[in-house]
Amino acid sequence: MQVSGLRGKAAIVGVVDAASPTGELELTGRALEVDMISKALDDAGLTIADVDGVTHTSSSMQLAEHLGIHPTFTDSTSTGGSSFEVHVEHAAAAIAAGLCEVVIGVYASTPRSDRKRPRGGAGRGMPPGGMGPMAEWEMPYGLQAPKGAYALSASRHMAQYGTTSEQLAQIAVSTREWASMNPEARFQDPITIQDVLDSPMQASPLHLLDCCLVTDGAGAFVMTSAERAKDLKKPPVYVLGAGTCHDHMMISQMPDFGTTPGVQSGKKAFGLAGVKPGDVDLLMGYDSFTITALLHLEDLGFCEKGEGGPFVEDGKTGPGGSLPMNTNGGGLSYTHPGMYGMFLITEATKQLRGECGPRQVEGAEIAVAHGSGMVLSCMSTIVLGTEASL
Amino acid sequence: MTANPLPVPAPSPNFDTQEFWDAAAQGKFLLKRCDSCGVIIWYPRFVCPDCHSTDTSWFEGSGKGTIYTYTIVRKGQGPYKDAAPFVVAYVELEEGPRILTNIVECDPESVSIGQAVEVVFQDAGDGAALYRFRPTET
Ligand SMILES: [Zn+2]
Repeated sequence: MQVSGLRGKAAIVGVVDAASPTGELELTGRALEVDMISKALDDAGLTIADVDGVTHTSSSMQLAEHLGIHPTFTDSTSTGGSSFEVHVEHAAAAIAAGLCEVVIGVYASTPRSDRKRPRGGAGRGMPPGGMGPMAEWEMPYGLQAPKGAYALSASRHMAQYGTTSEQLAQIAVSTREWASMNPEARFQDPITIQDVLDSPMQASPLHLLDCCLVTDGAGAFVMTSAERAKDLKKPPVYVLGAGTCHDHMMISQMPDFGTTPGVQSGKKAFGLAGVKPGDVDLLMGYDSFTITALLHLEDLGFCEKGEGGPFVEDGKTGPGGSLPMNTNGGGLSYTHPGMYGMFLITEATKQLRGECGPRQVEGAEIAVAHGSGMVLSCMSTIVLGTEASL
Repeated sequence: MTANPLPVPAPSPNFDTQEFWDAAAQGKFLLKRCDSCGVIIWYPRFVCPDCHSTDTSWFEGSGKGTIYTYTIVRKGQGPYKDAAPFVVAYVELEEGPRILTNIVECDPESVSIGQAVEVVFQDAGDGAALYRFRPTET
């Protein structure tokens, strides 16, 4: 890691702080944070609209949602009192690397005046967003987390684009075909579209077999510099491009239920990699639900918006198809321990090394690992390639 | 088919939203407007998510809208354990914002995207109320 790569690449350009002789401030919680951010930006001659990077000690995603911005750099690293120094460090690296241009950091805590606040979630010991907007605006209504949120997206996609339950089911069927070639997969027996439609409805229009598994699972990866990687045991799998974007945290703030921030993360990752969807040999697309995978196909540009249903109909994402997707059997049939993104990376790497036995995608040079966080909230796209792809 | 009665969890107000929930307890559905750009803000907050002004003010909304998307939940969780089937929907208000809610006082199977709905307030105990929506009488 070259420290010199950071030198002179980023600077602090605006600051503010607030305190008072009474020991109390008028505002509290998120409102106080927004006030501080506005004033620091004002100090720099910038506005919130200029911000494309957010750091916070508890949830950079919740803060960005509150501000109504869609950052391409996000950091919720929390190390206690030194968190803000860490945020400055990460932000400098991100700026130097070209991930973003304007990053904010903020802190607000009002333990003294909180003693007088009778109600209000932002009081005593609560995070700045209080109980959080999800607890306030969504949880009272019995939305199953996360299933209900995906059902709302699927329902809207079907109404808007004519996507059918049969088309969604085809994704589960093709994914199961891959799983039949993975001896470690939770489920390996083939299924039919009818099996999916006959499985119990969970939250309409999603059936049981439209939903991912709940299983144990684990994984890890190691990265190093390209130079160093040349001398190691296995053929290197290079990061060709990467991109991240979140545009909401809770489903009711999703700008368009039929489109994810994968549009932005994918564009960024493909752009940095100099790769087009047509160049991709393997897509590892987070399949928490069938609708999730379908949205990835559209948003990453493998087909037009709204065409995901017809696109998957002929089984082209299954074995022998033109776009192998989730070759390990995915979250639908292989494993889903809760946060499945690790398995996108491990399978893509194994495929690019040619280690996948009967399910090996012949001659795979370029793979995409596309992760989805929370409820279609934060998308992160990594383009990986073999030495030959460089 | 009649839907099961739903639990009515008490709201958890914040510094930014106390006024909304106080009004809800009086049967009023408040919305926030940005005084700078005019956008209607949902959920209510300290800053306009559109132009980022902090000049905002409350007004009483119509409480009317249409269903943007919905799901019939077949297996409830927590307090909703025995409530299924029930409808969770995203209602697009006449004023523009889309909000998450339940559609009540109707057969869940009769609900459809585009359907007209109106707000109702349900007693959450301790002088608090929770808003939900029901099909508009035609
Ligand atoms: Zn505004």
